Amino acid sequence: MADAPEEKKLEQTETKPETSSAPGAPEAASAAPATALAPAAPAAAAPALPTPPAPKPAAKPWECELTQRLKHVYGSGLRDAAEYVGQKYIAVDGSIAHEVLRILHDDEGYDMLSDLTCVHWPKDERPFEVVWILYCFAKNTYVRVKARYAEGEEAPTATNLWPGANWMEREVFDMFGLRFAGHPDLRRILLPEDWQGHPLRKDYDIRQQDNEWVRKNLGIESGQ
Amino acid sequence: MTQNNKFYESVEEVAPGRTFLDSSELVINMGPQHPSTHGVLRVILKLDGEKVLGLDCVIGYLHRGVEKIAENRTWAQFNPYVDRLDYVAAVSNGLGYCLAVEKLLAVEVPKRAQYLRVILTELNRLASHQVWLGTHVLDIGAVTPLFYAFRDRELILEVFEKYCGARLTTHAFRIGGCRWDAYEGFAEEVRKTCDFIVPKIAEYGELITGNRIWVERTKGVGVLSGDDCKALGVTGPMLRGAGVRWDVRKAQPYSSYDDFEFDIPIGAAGDTFDRYMVRLEEMRQSIRIIRQAVDGLPEGPLMAKVPKMLKPPAGEVYQNIEAPKGELGYYVVSDGGPQPYRVRVRPPSFINLQALEKMVKGQLVADVVAVIGTLDIVLGEVDR
Repeated sequence: MADAPEEKKLEQTETKPETSSAPGAPEAASAAPATALAPAAPAAAAPALPTPPAPKPAAKPWECELTQRLKHVYGSGLRDAAEYVGQKYIAVDGSIAHEVLRILHDDEGYDMLSDLTCVHWPKDERPFEVVWILYCFAKNTYVRVKARYAEGEEAPTATNLWPGANWMEREVFDMFGLRFAGHPDLRRILLPEDWQGHPLRKDYDIRQQDNEWVRKNLGIESGQ
Repeated sequence: MTQNNKFYESVEEVAPGRTFLDSSELVINMGPQHPSTHGVLRVILKLDGEKVLGLDCVIGYLHRGVEKIAENRTWAQFNPYVDRLDYVAAVSNGLGYCLAVEKLLAVEVPKRAQYLRVILTELNRLASHQVWLGTHVLDIGAVTPLFYAFRDRELILEVFEKYCGARLTTHAFRIGGCRWDAYEGFAEEVRKTCDFIVPKIAEYGELITGNRIWVERTKGVGVLSGDDCKALGVTGPMLRGAGVRWDVRKAQPYSSYDDFEFDIPIGAAGDTFDRYMVRLEEMRQSIRIIRQAVDGLPEGPLMAKVPKMLKPPAGEVYQNIEAPKGELGYYVVSDGGPQPYRVRVRPPSFINLQALEKMVKGQLVADVVAVIGTLDIVLGEVDR
């Protein structure tokens, strides 16, 4: 019910994104929209020109003491160290992920685990890409660590470095079915504990649900 | 009297050798339909008399699979859904998502749109803090401030309604800028709202700050140190209440926040009272930002040049903002297609709620209510 008007507005924006300033406020700033409407292209395009979406941002290699040290210690275990739109990330082998996280936590001062999540790439032989987003208060920098795990493999827990990883790992387990070795209490967190299936996997359809659970617990044939 | 004796007898039968007063551990269930849990949070408490021995949060009652929905909508279609995460701060949610996608598209939003975004987001911070204040104080037993806070919040919601037609789930921003310009009389109305609210904040303070009951119920309750906050990922007023001067608006400025002068209030003790003081001061600072942004609102276009069908180049970004509850982050992954490959929301409420057990362990059961209030959680965001 609440969604309907919102979606309508959205369609409007999609059809005319450039001139949206003009119809949005016919009376507010009377001079500006009139000029913007008449010579539509130059007025609208001029301020947006400095950063058009055309030049595709590319990942640049990230060279620093830390990446050199990791390269030296782990060799090819460090898959990639790059910077994309100003954000730094390190891709490592799943087996050394915990050691890298420990180095970042103990030696580099990344004292907050800002976020931990997972991305499912079903065509990959190691489909689960776990992403740790770390923040260092002293240096005011973020860094992302990424590692891939195969079906049935376990990712290392980060709860011994940042206790805050607890619920985030539970959520990844709930949504993707990826287990974390050493987690103190790995249970589902958002879905019911006896739910079957992991919804954020790409092969889980948007309309799919655990029909048996719905029938048994809600007493209805289908929730949809 | 006889009934009482009977009761004691039955306890003796059930647990021989133990009297009723001796039965030390008690497990009680608080919620999901409990007025002080601010939604559908269920807390299973293990008590020793009135002392909390441990607890387990049961969440997910409001889980709607927002992150899954994102993968089945276009980039622009998903925009209104994020309003339904933290529904008392819908504008902040929208801002975070738009910024994330804009970063992916490498689009620079026009200055006027950035300022409008700041004005509306800060107004929303005020509204969100007013909801927090009203309900938090109500939980502790003071009924009056709730009505005052909601009365004043109404003015802000009216501004939203005039701006975009919605009061709560605003969908105020679009990827690339703002859909609507400031309506006629917007600046005057916002200024008037600010002028009205400033003395009201002092009024809340007069009603609450010095109140003996309030002080007794909040000082030294739910203490969380700065280091604990960092280890648990707790951000926002919770972190600042513990004395860490950290705010995403200052640390990693976005949407022209570096144009404005404002202070980051901090507490010292990291208890419920300090967090209350921090949030009150944050409201004043928000008004400072709003006034500067309204005065300096530049002319110009509202939308950057973005294509009708958004197809961000393959890649991923993490964009965070300072939402009223803490660091709200979006980790968005694009595979170059018209739909997001993955949208992960880093919900401040979810991550802050994790600290509940640490904050109330060893304290009294009545403090659980105070601490849930000070966490300022919105279950729509916790469960997503």
